[in-house]
Amino acid sequence: MEVLGIWVAAFFTLCIYSFLYRDNPFYRFAEHLFVGLSVGYGIVFSIHQGLIPFAWDPFWEAITKREFMGLLKLIPIFIGLLFFARVVPKYSWLIRYPIAILIGIGAGRAIPNVMDARIFRQVYGTLTPFGQIHAGALGFFEIFGAILMLVGVICTLTYFFFSIEHRGAVGGISKVGIIFLMVGFGSAFGNTVMGRVSLLIQRVDFLLSDWLRLI
Amino acid sequence: MISKKMIPLFVLLVVVFGYSCNLAFAQEAPAEVDTRLFHTGKIWIFVSVILFSYAIIHSIYHARSGGNIFIRRIAGLEAVDEAIGRSTEMGRPILYILGLGTVGDVATIASMNILSQVARKTADYETPLRVPCNDPIVLNVVREMVKAAYLDEGRPDAYSEDDIFFVTESQFAYAAAVDGMMVREKPAAVFLQGTFYAESLILAETGNSVGAIQIAGSDSDSQLPFFITACDYTLIGEELYAASAYLSREPMLLGSLKGQDYGKFILFAGIVLGVTLELVGITWVTTFFQEVK
Repeated sequence: MEVLGIWVAAFFTLCIYSFLYRDNPFYRFAEHLFVGLSVGYGIVFSIHQGLIPFAWDPFWEAITKREFMGLLKLIPIFIGLLFFARVVPKYSWLIRYPIAILIGIGAGRAIPNVMDARIFRQVYGTLTPFGQIHAGALGFFEIFGAILMLVGVICTLTYFFFSIEHRGAVGGISKVGIIFLMVGFGSAFGNTVMGRVSLLIQRVDFLLSDWLRLI
Repeated sequence: MISKKMIPLFVLLVVVFGYSCNLAFAQEAPAEVDTRLFHTGKIWIFVSVILFSYAIIHSIYHARSGGNIFIRRIAGLEAVDEAIGRSTEMGRPILYILGLGTVGDVATIASMNILSQVARKTADYETPLRVPCNDPIVLNVVREMVKAAYLDEGRPDAYSEDDIFFVTESQFAYAAAVDGMMVREKPAAVFLQGTFYAESLILAETGNSVGAIQIAGSDSDSQLPFFITACDYTLIGEELYAASAYLSREPMLLGSLKGQDYGKFILFAGIVLGVTLELVGITWVTTFFQEVK
């Protein structure tokens, strides 16, 4: 069975890589199988990890054990069921209620986290080294790094002002901000490409070692 | 008797219902009891949200009362008309990819707003708009938004629900399917707007190889470099959030954008003040940002 698994994995690896040449029946076969399997898995996963434990089981327990407070769970179940309103054109507008609730919950959960992680933490991180500069705890290069970071933050922040025209001093500062952004992106690009190359090496290693046993 | 046409719908509904149940009850798992109605540890976040909201609401009222709000040029968005026009002239579809985000992701919400504006234009030009979705909830929201856009443009007849469809929730299966669509349908324009992960370069490279004009936008820092290298235009971070206001020029959205700028200005001032005070040994601004959670 293990040998069969290796051959299947190798076959589909090559099918997917064949896309690098052009679209072909092997790629299409692998693509459709991949999509079909993932959707099938997703359905089973949704039933077993969502529908049964969070909807059916509590509902059934409330009925059989006569814990009628458990029936309160019918409210979110009902809201979830409103997604089915799409099936009946006359009532399809009802789908807007669960959508509104989900977007509201999503935005409500996301905003405080974004403000904390992406704004306040970052500002704190920018300010901290200057306290250490005052205390004389930083060397020359660390001070240079802190100043460079401050310049980068201010210039990049200026680039993201949308309601002022980027001309004159503001235009100049925002151009410096773009340079900082591009330097950051270049660094991230190189880092990620290295990660991708290691994935390729891993795959080639599988083909040459596990499948062909050449190395 | 379930007809063959009903099978994909049934599959979709099972996924949607299971997923929504999961979302609705997912908070049950941690059984920690907390009797407080108000989380005092997040008071400063609350105050910040109130101040920020005030700035936005004030700006919205200002815009609605006829106040002129300037928005700087955003190159990627200037190209939206060009991309749609190109698709129309070539008779090829537009492919709009929202990424892997859920309705809870800010980038996905922003992307849906841009899609709404793009849909208005495709409704006018009768250009096919194809939207493969990764998330069943996003699919339903997108269908509603695009349908509303077509209705607003007075072209409900041009709206095709089949062009907005669910592919799969699996990241790389989704990427493989969308890549396949690109090489077979050869869209003239590809929009990659939203939350992306490792599939970003796979999608952007394939779009580039079929000669599509590509406009990308994301707040995923690690994926932006790939979009910048492989796409014609890229909306960087907050430009994605500003896009819907820029495209629609609606006073409410313009006011909101202006309000966000006020928020940024406060932060800007906070940083300058904080650095100045830190250098003379006064730490209360830094302490404030440290304690805000």
